[in-house]
Amino acid sequence: MTGTEPASGAAHLRWRPAPLAGLRAVAPVLVLLVALLVALAVVDPGFFDPERLLAFLRRSAPLVILAAGQYLVIVSGGFDLSVGAVVTAGVVVAAELFNLAPGLPWLVVVAVLLLGGLLVGVVNGIVSTVFAVPSFIATLGMMLVLQGAVFFWTQGAPRGYLPEDYRMLGRSAVPGAEWLPWAVVVLAVVGVAAVLFMRSDTGRTLVATGDNDVAAGLAGVRVARLRILAFALSGVAAAVAAILVGGFTGVSAQAGSGYEFQAITAVVLGGVALGGGRGSVVAAMAGAFSLQALFTLLTLLGVSGALESAVQGVIVITAVAVGGISWSRRATRTHQPVRESV
Amino acid sequence: MRTRTRTVGVAVAAAALLVAGCTSDLPDAGSGPTAGDETGADATASEFFDQAEYERQLALREATPDGPADRPWEQALEPEYVPTEQYQQDGPYHLCFSNAGLFNPWRSVGWRTMRAEVDLHPEIAEFTVLDAQGQDDKQISDIQSLASQDCDLLIVSPNTTATLTPAVAAACEQLPVIVFDRGVDTDCPVTFISPIGGYAYGAAGAEFLAEEVEPGGQVLALRISPGVDVLEHRWAAAERVFEDSDLEVVGVQFTEDDPATVKNTVSDYIQRFGGLDGVWMDAGATAVAAVEAFEDAGVPVPPITGEDQQDFLQAWDERGLTAVAPGYPTFQWRTPVLAALRVLGGQEVPEQWVLPQPVITQDTLDDYLQPDMPPQHYALCGCEDLPDFPAAWGG
Repeated sequence: MTGTEPASGAAHLRWRPAPLAGLRAVAPVLVLLVALLVALAVVDPGFFDPERLLAFLRRSAPLVILAAGQYLVIVSGGFDLSVGAVVTAGVVVAAELFNLAPGLPWLVVVAVLLLGGLLVGVVNGIVSTVFAVPSFIATLGMMLVLQGAVFFWTQGAPRGYLPEDYRMLGRSAVPGAEWLPWAVVVLAVVGVAAVLFMRSDTGRTLVATGDNDVAAGLAGVRVARLRILAFALSGVAAAVAAILVGGFTGVSAQAGSGYEFQAITAVVLGGVALGGGRGSVVAAMAGAFSLQALFTLLTLLGVSGALESAVQGVIVITAVAVGGISWSRRATRTHQPVRESV
Repeated sequence: MRTRTRTVGVAVAAAALLVAGCTSDLPDAGSGPTAGDETGADATASEFFDQAEYERQLALREATPDGPADRPWEQALEPEYVPTEQYQQDGPYHLCFSNAGLFNPWRSVGWRTMRAEVDLHPEIAEFTVLDAQGQDDKQISDIQSLASQDCDLLIVSPNTTATLTPAVAAACEQLPVIVFDRGVDTDCPVTFISPIGGYAYGAAGAEFLAEEVEPGGQVLALRISPGVDVLEHRWAAAERVFEDSDLEVVGVQFTEDDPATVKNTVSDYIQRFGGLDGVWMDAGATAVAAVEAFEDAGVPVPPITGEDQQDFLQAWDERGLTAVAPGYPTFQWRTPVLAALRVLGGQEVPEQWVLPQPVITQDTLDDYLQPDMPPQHYALCGCEDLPDFPAAWGG
């Protein structure tokens, strides 16, 4: 895409998209989100009560945060399939920690989880860059390792309970503002941080790396280091989601199952190009809200949960196919094949 | 290069779809069968209700069990004994076990209980176990492999009924076979061990609600997933009971056994209907999430059905809920070992070994509360007298 080409020969890649380019990237998913919200309002007029809207935001928080993390990896040219397993591991590990050491300050457990998520992400990043294992395989392996480790540790039945103070972030409201769930505050903080990050030089360089890592490398970008950073942030996002999910519902050995795919679906729904280099983090998060709105709508319409995965499948295929059609037209029109860069 | 990247992207997305599809199947496989099944011979895929079997199960609830009162895993309801002299042999014995898998806490608790029972018997010199990890094809080859080894007797906990039937039938020709939990469509096993069944389970909760909820009350039914026969039986019985009651079932929702889905669904119904008067669940692993949905909405928790998991029993006790906990007892994992020793000793066993299926009520709650046990420990494990209790069960 011409809008994402790095400035030629610049040591620091400081390009800025045209003012309307950002809106153009976000527009389709916003249309979808609005359409879904209108449908929700028709099916269930009470949906727009402030209280219920906040409940919707709270419920969407883990997926939106995961989608923001997943966006960073996807836009830089990779995949992170391990996030669901990180969520499950985070919930189970927190419960086991409280089981081993009752009375552990909850912030310590939060810190352990965030560090754990960071570590998983860094390993994903190193395996997929330094060892050149495709990220799809690297994170798939990580997913299986984590799933197996959790199962081995718990033997299928997690021990321990999550205490109330730890569950506050996922379950309770801000004291003095009982209408405002903590999860919405966390979501807002992560959302703002993600937008600020993507507006920084590092964020912009990340997109350029996903667009064309050879060119970015030639322009002086430390491609491997950037990609490791993207995986690390995705791991941290998964840990944050684990804290919210565990807080919301308590211990479950399947807390995060399916989340990796929902996060990828959300990002794709946001119009972010698989393979990297195109799309905005706001659109990815809007994609997550849309997916959650869709699930809510399906529940209200009485469509069974089993159909949810079928719907997700259709969405991913459609979104990628539609993106692929418009892209190949653009490609034939504006680009000649460049053999040597393959 | 761009075009190629795009193609790769599409391919990877397709692969992601595939993998995630497999992953999202896990909860189904992992949580659906918190239970086993009666033989299920007449249960068809389209119509899960079998009037005769329904009535048989409801009647069995009233039957007086044969066997020691304090050891329900040795009891049998209306047993018809079959001779086993032809299998008699001297010990020590080599028992073999083909397990469908350990894909949920119910099976984990059961499996620990079974291992402990095996350890009680020095005459069992060897206990060979193959875990099918929830896969029919693996269990078929597991059964073939065990049947061709020098096992004296084979215990099978089938993953699914129809698919495993030929493998079990083939094994029957080589050695005595004992089937428990879910059944198979053949009577070749020496004995089939299971609790009363899904109809009795589902009816227990629905009858409780019909009694406790005011007439006209709005009830939400939460089910794990459609199409699993053991779960369909629970719902079919409950549906029947609700039809005969004055209650209004305002929703039947599938939850995939995911606590977040349960909590969100219940919250939605509370908000849409201004509250609920009762909640029926086809399994109890997520019952606490349903309870919390009411708490977080700031409304009283209505009568609710759960299961014998410790987290639910504790929530019931601490919050003074109006609740009932039908059980699908994990103590049934002890019975196949005892049955195996009886068969190899030439003692008669019931052809259909129907175990009691206790329902935990307010009156018996205190007997089953074990605050030091893990949240997903099943109170009906019948494991308290076994060595290494509670440590081996996570307590």
